[in-house]
Amino acid sequence: MKLYFREVSVAVALVVLLGALAIFAPAFYQPQPLLSLLTREMPTLVVACGAALVIITRQIDISVGSMFSVCSVCAGLLAASGWPLVAVLPASVAIGAVMGVFNGALVAGLGLPSIVVTLATMVTLRQSLNLMRQGEFVNLPDGVQWFGLGQFAGQWTIVGAALLVLAALGLGMRHLAVGRFVYAVGSNAEAARLAGVRPRLVTFLVFVLMGALTGLAAMMNIVQSPQVQPLSGAGLELKVIAAVVVGGVAISGGRGNLWGAFAGLLLLACVSPALTHLRIEAYWEKAIQGAIILLAVVADGVRMRKEKS
Amino acid sequence: MAKFMASAPILELRGIEKSFAAVRALRGVDFDLFGGEVHALLGENGAGKSTLIKVVTGAHRPDAGTLTVGGRTFGALEPGAARHLGIACIYQQPALFPDLTVAENIGLRLEGSGSLRRVDWRARERRAAELLSRVDADIPTFAEARSLSMPEQQLVEIACALGAGARILVMDEPTASLTRTEQERLFAVVRELRSAGTGVIYISHRLEEIFALADRVTVLRDGASVGTRAVGEIDEAGLIRMMVGREVNQIYPPSESEAGEVVLSLEGVGCAASGVSGISLEVRAGEVFGLAGLVGAGRTELARILFGVSPADAGTIRMRGEVATIHSPADAIALGIAYVPEDRRQHGVILEMPVEQNATMAVHRTLFPGGWLRPRRERSLAAGFIKSLSIRTSSPAAPAGSLSGGNQQKVSVARWLATKPKLMILDEPTQGVDVGAKSEIHRIVRQMAREGMAVIMISSDLPEILGMSDRIGVMRGGRLTKVLPGSSDAHTVMSAALGQAANGGSS
Repeated sequence: MKLYFREVSVAVALVVLLGALAIFAPAFYQPQPLLSLLTREMPTLVVACGAALVIITRQIDISVGSMFSVCSVCAGLLAASGWPLVAVLPASVAIGAVMGVFNGALVAGLGLPSIVVTLATMVTLRQSLNLMRQGEFVNLPDGVQWFGLGQFAGQWTIVGAALLVLAALGLGMRHLAVGRFVYAVGSNAEAARLAGVRPRLVTFLVFVLMGALTGLAAMMNIVQSPQVQPLSGAGLELKVIAAVVVGGVAISGGRGNLWGAFAGLLLLACVSPALTHLRIEAYWEKAIQGAIILLAVVADGVRMRKEKS
Repeated sequence: MAKFMASAPILELRGIEKSFAAVRALRGVDFDLFGGEVHALLGENGAGKSTLIKVVTGAHRPDAGTLTVGGRTFGALEPGAARHLGIACIYQQPALFPDLTVAENIGLRLEGSGSLRRVDWRARERRAAELLSRVDADIPTFAEARSLSMPEQQLVEIACALGAGARILVMDEPTASLTRTEQERLFAVVRELRSAGTGVIYISHRLEEIFALADRVTVLRDGASVGTRAVGEIDEAGLIRMMVGREVNQIYPPSESEAGEVVLSLEGVGCAASGVSGISLEVRAGEVFGLAGLVGAGRTELARILFGVSPADAGTIRMRGEVATIHSPADAIALGIAYVPEDRRQHGVILEMPVEQNATMAVHRTLFPGGWLRPRRERSLAAGFIKSLSIRTSSPAAPAGSLSGGNQQKVSVARWLATKPKLMILDEPTQGVDVGAKSEIHRIVRQMAREGMAVIMISSDLPEILGMSDRIGVMRGGRLTKVLPGSSDAHTVMSAALGQAANGGSS
């Protein structure tokens, strides 16, 4: 219980917020808008799962926003050129994975600092995309939106798939040996290496997974609208890092889990609709989200100090 | 001793008490220090030495008792006040700024505050040079601190203490990572300080140092002073008796095992990057092969070659007759090689992880086929080791960082015993652990040999090498210069380790 204090407190905060909404703004609980809200956040959730793994490994990936945009545009173009969805989906995942391979090879293979590597790929990918697309939208053919299932079924498909990813990774981190290696590498890579773990391989794979998940998330995103924006992933990196940190994943690596990241994401995502329903000016959204992040970081700092003494 | 009684002590502690939550770390300790004496402080880990030192340096506030420094009595000291009264402390790990030069490091400690003050670089250099010459250190003032060896860094620390006008110098295990020659040089500096009237509080686990250096020794046990003796009035056995409160039946368990088949054989093995070359040796099942030598002689480097951390680039390694290629620790583990590294906090265990997860870290493949963790198996394996190695932990799920040093070391050993290795390499297995844990680790090492492992034990503790080894390899300058029988005496081993350098300084 003490071990999961951070995760539990985020969950409690979320429940309190939802409870307050139930009392003061029951309109929040209309099923269709709620499902839409959830669906909109699912691509972010999938990316946040990857980001949590990256951060637990004591790395960071700030190129996810650009990767997301690239995957979205590529998938959109493929779909527009007549590829069937069953082929576009794996292609998007593969494109993401290839970019992850690139990041991972530089970080794990050459031992470069991940913040610099992914900053470079973030800028390069974004600017190349700008140059090539000139801000042009991609119009998607019929049958792509909601995977051709209609809105209701499509939304449930997306929510279900995202939760499946969350569950698989969350359980894997706890019950698979590789999951433990990720924690070990993030805690102390050299000690892990001396115990026979291959920290560079683990780091590499985590970056590849990050890329693949981004490709999947991009796919979940483009089917939600008839067009693909050229820079749909702009700012995504900050959003997912915020969610992960609020959810109790230590930026210093080795600690945290995906359930916490999920709770953190929901908490941040509920701020905006909560403001609307409570009739507070929407301008407060960013300020409140910032305060939540600050609170989480301060809580971690206080705990670290306590553990040290 | 009569010569001290003439004057008043420069430091006098009376009835010092200190508790942390439920733990009574100090229960009414009396201690005094005269100018011009080296007063050793001895005790097992957890006996209260560090707490007492921190009360003296002002890092801890005592709950009760008084400190009298230079005739003035205090209930507690602030760190600033302690420094002002001439109290300085040299820790085991020097705390210099690695990217600054020696002169800058000394300047930072000694020059007044005021961040906008103009730095007088000439005066700074001059002062640094003068202080360094007082501690007999041949170190350029413009060298970056990171380029200095550990003993050189310590000398810089001592120079700082001198520059601050320290009258009371606390030294916390200063020789833990020094070679014999470096140690002698440090002792010479300490003796000089003593004759200049400085009082030195000296903490060490090595009894022979205390006899070589100290005038008096105070033994702490369970937070209380057991007594203070003049060094001339007591012998090693007596001191150990005071420390543990019981006779430790001296000390090294006898060798019982017969050497069996050759497990490891090396022919001309070397690695240019780590400065090791031309190593040829054989280690047999059931034998403890002690690896002696000065720090920097290449012993740890050899171990890291065998474990694939810095792979060999010359020669042939054979495990049980088969030529082995070892490019990574994972390769080494697959061949049945285990390595308990020297720095257990950095490399031996993962501090944040539970004891049980640390214990199973190297056996995932066999313990969890298919990669699914099986918590019950893990727990029972860990519980077995907790019992057989008597690891003292509140629970198998407690983080390894919460254990004492000796128990962390046992967790590190457990991890490797779990792999059922053919060859066990132990690097300074008892460094910094208390006397009780030390003899337990020795017993465990014997047990390994009895079960048929080949054991290579690196140690800088000469009595330990002599007491534990069936054969002793001596390394110097990256080469294995001699292999001696386990019955050799200290003099033979030491002169082999020193070689030509016996008369000169270290380079």
